[in-house]
Amino acid sequence: MSRFDRYLWNGGAGLLALLWVLPLLFAVWTAFHPSAYEANFTLSAPITLENFVKAWNAAPFARYFLNTFLLVTGITGAQFVLCSLAAYGFARFRFPGRGILFSLVLLQLLVMPDILIVENYKIIRAFDAVDTLQGIALPYIASGFGVFLIRQTFMTVPRELDDAARIEGAGPLSILWRVYVPLAKPTYLAYGLVSVSYHWNNFLWPLIVTNSTETRPVTVGLSVFATTDSGVEWSVINAATLMTSAPLLIAFLLFQRQFVQSFMRAGIK
Amino acid sequence: MLKREWIYGWLLILPALSLIFLFTHFPAAMTLINSVFSTPRGGKDAHFVGLANYERLIHDPVFWKVLVNNLWYALGTIPVSIALALLMALLVNRPFKGRALARMAFFTPTILPLIAVANIWLFFYTPGFGLIDQILGFFGFGQTNLLGTPSSALPAIMVVAIWKEAGFFMIFYLAALQSIPLQLAEAARIEGAGRWTIFRRITFPLLMPTTLFVSINAVINAFRLVDHIFILTGGGPGNASSLLLYYIYETSFRFWDTAYGATLTVVLLSLLCLLAVGQFFLFDRKVHYK
Repeated sequence: MSRFDRYLWNGGAGLLALLWVLPLLFAVWTAFHPSAYEANFTLSAPITLENFVKAWNAAPFARYFLNTFLLVTGITGAQFVLCSLAAYGFARFRFPGRGILFSLVLLQLLVMPDILIVENYKIIRAFDAVDTLQGIALPYIASGFGVFLIRQTFMTVPRELDDAARIEGAGPLSILWRVYVPLAKPTYLAYGLVSVSYHWNNFLWPLIVTNSTETRPVTVGLSVFATTDSGVEWSVINAATLMTSAPLLIAFLLFQRQFVQSFMRAGIK
Repeated sequence: MLKREWIYGWLLILPALSLIFLFTHFPAAMTLINSVFSTPRGGKDAHFVGLANYERLIHDPVFWKVLVNNLWYALGTIPVSIALALLMALLVNRPFKGRALARMAFFTPTILPLIAVANIWLFFYTPGFGLIDQILGFFGFGQTNLLGTPSSALPAIMVVAIWKEAGFFMIFYLAALQSIPLQLAEAARIEGAGRWTIFRRITFPLLMPTTLFVSINAVINAFRLVDHIFILTGGGPGNASSLLLYYIYETSFRFWDTAYGATLTVVLLSLLCLLAVGQFFLFDRKVHYK
């Protein structure tokens, strides 16, 4: 590659990257400066945390964060258990109906709970779980994607390990726990990161199921905050926006490599 | 004879499978059934109405509007975000100073909630006061109202979706690019092939499985994600920026017309299945499997 080409190529990369990150930089700028500097970009502008304080006090964000935290850990934990069991069953046991049942599981990759909002709401109502965290979590805890991903990993575990454990007298569950789960750690990390960020960001279904502060996750809380109070300043809304994304954003910046590799691992079959 | 292995297998998959049935297959079937019944209202139970809901659908101008909107939305966001994702991947695949920063810049929008992304962009789009108008005003242009004008509301929303999605697809292309053996391009170069030819004849065809995977994801997302509409336009003005799932939400949870909501969901589901099957056939001949 010639020198000129390289400059052109690097320049293009830099320009596109800058263009891509600009919206976020603007949000950061407005959130950390008094509202007078919302669109006034002087370097001498005073930096302040006041917008964050205002946002935090204007809506019950502490509660929203707690809800999201409980929701995300609950869903991911339940997904790990349910999907591991099913993945182990599909990967290492032969039984009638295995093929058909597995393709029914895969169907969920296309027909997602995200789309079946009308009927799923009726089911949640029948369980009397409207406006509860369980109600938000239930449609998602058995994930076809999770079963598929973990099954693919379990299939690569050598059978000999399995047999050795069985000769030692271990039952299926203890083999799953002692042999398969430890060997699939990278897959669990990948699936966990994907699942956590998916459910941290999920909006439509929690919006439908919740109708009180006690159950709203941060995404719904943010939308309520940003749309009902028209009197709120931009800088405060932007502070709230950054606040709700901050935990994921910070985690991402710290574990960038794992994040990107996880998403890649989860996407490539 | 019932074998022990069978029972173990069934028991292991039972918990996950029953939940998947309960929240995917059962509601999908109920959607179909409820679409031929009426909405239960004020003590009156649902009764069989045949294809009346579908007849209403055919004569519903809003349905056609949001369907066409959604097709434009898919057509506008999918190719652009895939092309940008490929470009980004090619740009940051070679080592250069600041590569890590560039990758981060592309990928960061992906992990933000779509609701938060919409809030950030709303700040740009606000008439008069928003950043776009400030910049235009600086160059002497008048005020715009991108979100409030029927012709520009949908494109404005598409831009937001592309910004959020392209970086996500980039990482799949990056992974695929790294798995292409360098010898292939080298051999072609010795044969005198230019860089464009190498891309068109070697790199691009080898990326086809990734393109298939990414485009199926993109299609599903184009019909599944409507969060930003809640913040940016609320579907307006005059449904100009409403999408199918947003209309389903409005019908079912604002007007509580669940039977018609189910009918609309049937359309959405069949559309998704059709597109998924179509994509497989479209790409089938062009995908080079390893």
